[in-house]
Amino acid sequence: MLQAVFNKQTKWSVMKKLIFKEIDDLIISSLGIVAFISFFVGGVVAIQTALNLTNPLIPKYLIGFATRQSVILEFAPTFISVIMAGKMGSFITSSIGTMRVTEQIDALEVMGVNSLNYLVFPKIIALLLYPFLIGIAMFLGVLGGWMAGVYGGFTSSAEFINGAQADFIPFHIAYAFIKTLIFAMLLATIPSFHGYYMKGGALEVGKASTVAFVWTSVSIILFNYILTQLLLGS
Amino acid sequence: MIEIKNIEKSFGGVKILKGISTVFETGKTNLIIGQSGSGKTVLLKSLLGIHTPESGKICFDGRVYSELEQDEKRELRTEIGMVFQGSALFDSMTVAENVGFPLRMFTNDNSAKIQERVDQVLKRVDLVDAHNKLPSQISGGMQKRVAIARAIVNRPKYLFCDEPNSGLDPNTAILIDNLIKEITEEYDITTVINTHDMNSVMEIGENILFLKDGLKAWQGTKEEIFKTDNQDVVDFVYSSNLFRKVREAYLKE
Repeated sequence: MLQAVFNKQTKWSVMKKLIFKEIDDLIISSLGIVAFISFFVGGVVAIQTALNLTNPLIPKYLIGFATRQSVILEFAPTFISVIMAGKMGSFITSSIGTMRVTEQIDALEVMGVNSLNYLVFPKIIALLLYPFLIGIAMFLGVLGGWMAGVYGGFTSSAEFINGAQADFIPFHIAYAFIKTLIFAMLLATIPSFHGYYMKGGALEVGKASTVAFVWTSVSIILFNYILTQLLLGS
Repeated sequence: MIEIKNIEKSFGGVKILKGISTVFETGKTNLIIGQSGSGKTVLLKSLLGIHTPESGKICFDGRVYSELEQDEKRELRTEIGMVFQGSALFDSMTVAENVGFPLRMFTNDNSAKIQERVDQVLKRVDLVDAHNKLPSQISGGMQKRVAIARAIVNRPKYLFCDEPNSGLDPNTAILIDNLIKEITEEYDITTVINTHDMNSVMEIGENILFLKDGLKAWQGTKEEIFKTDNQDVVDFVYSSNLFRKVREAYLKE
């Protein structure tokens, strides 16, 4: 499938519009839900950490430290990607699957259009902007932690910021974005595969969306483990 | 002209097409008829290159499809217009965008020229006020006309229609049949129509291919279908009282 996606390119003037449309459908339309989830989960991480710091010898700045580490290393890249496997993945599978069921893909092929390139390539290019979404999730997650920690009375602003800056390893950001790019490819290709090669009618479109979500999530979790072992484990 | 030589196609070990040979002539409406499961759709999809026959040849004006390079096949496909049973319009595009799609994909025409051609074909299919509507906002008959407009916008040499008037009321069905026939003559193209509709057979059947169990059981014109003594054709075409009476009246004249 991937070979066909990159073969026989659609005219650039047409492809350009498709890419912008996919950026709108996949990235821009996800901003709201990503911002909402990141902000509140960041807040919950800060509160949970604060509530578990019962020993008075443990410094309060650990709340900021734990929030930063949790959000940047795992929550933003992995947890958001699993959520996006549901949102983007089901959108991709159902839109391509519906095109299959209603013979729109056959129509493209009969016209001489490379349907895999026309449908999947713009999604792959659009999802190259996925790290931008995860960057926002990282920022809002830490911001949510700061607000919950400070305005909830669990820590002071100075302590939280001190913790959020403590022992910062820049490679952790690189690690998070490398993971994000791999997850972006999984998010673009696995749901597309399940939509493109589905057979049947409306019921099967729903089933294909569910199967695509399961496989994309499983792949993200597996790749997360492998990448963490490769990049941080040695 | 499309010439089919002895094509065979199987699915899961079951032979659907069992060696069909025929000729679909240019400038004529060629109809494929037969019962469900007779192989009509498989034959049409084989002609379109969606299915690959296991043996036999399909020649488009002397070009053998199976012997063409991949690029030549794609080039040939740009000479094909197709009207799908469910219209297969792109539901995220307006009527005008659907019709202009093949031009945007395969020509270097500018927007004004594309718009001019889109206006021309939409006028030809009598749809002048639907440019900015989405397929979901127009009726089934209008969707079929948009599908026809999209199929002819690139001035194809070959037009394929899969049950073009299924699900339409009798008046609209006749309008669609006549539109296809007029366009076939006007553009001098080879039109192949897959149909169950006996009204279509009687109205526009200039070359009718009757399939039974994956074999060519009969071929002739709409006049010849009245006179045929082929029992399979008679049983299929004249299965309703109305058509039996029409036939009897025709034979009495």
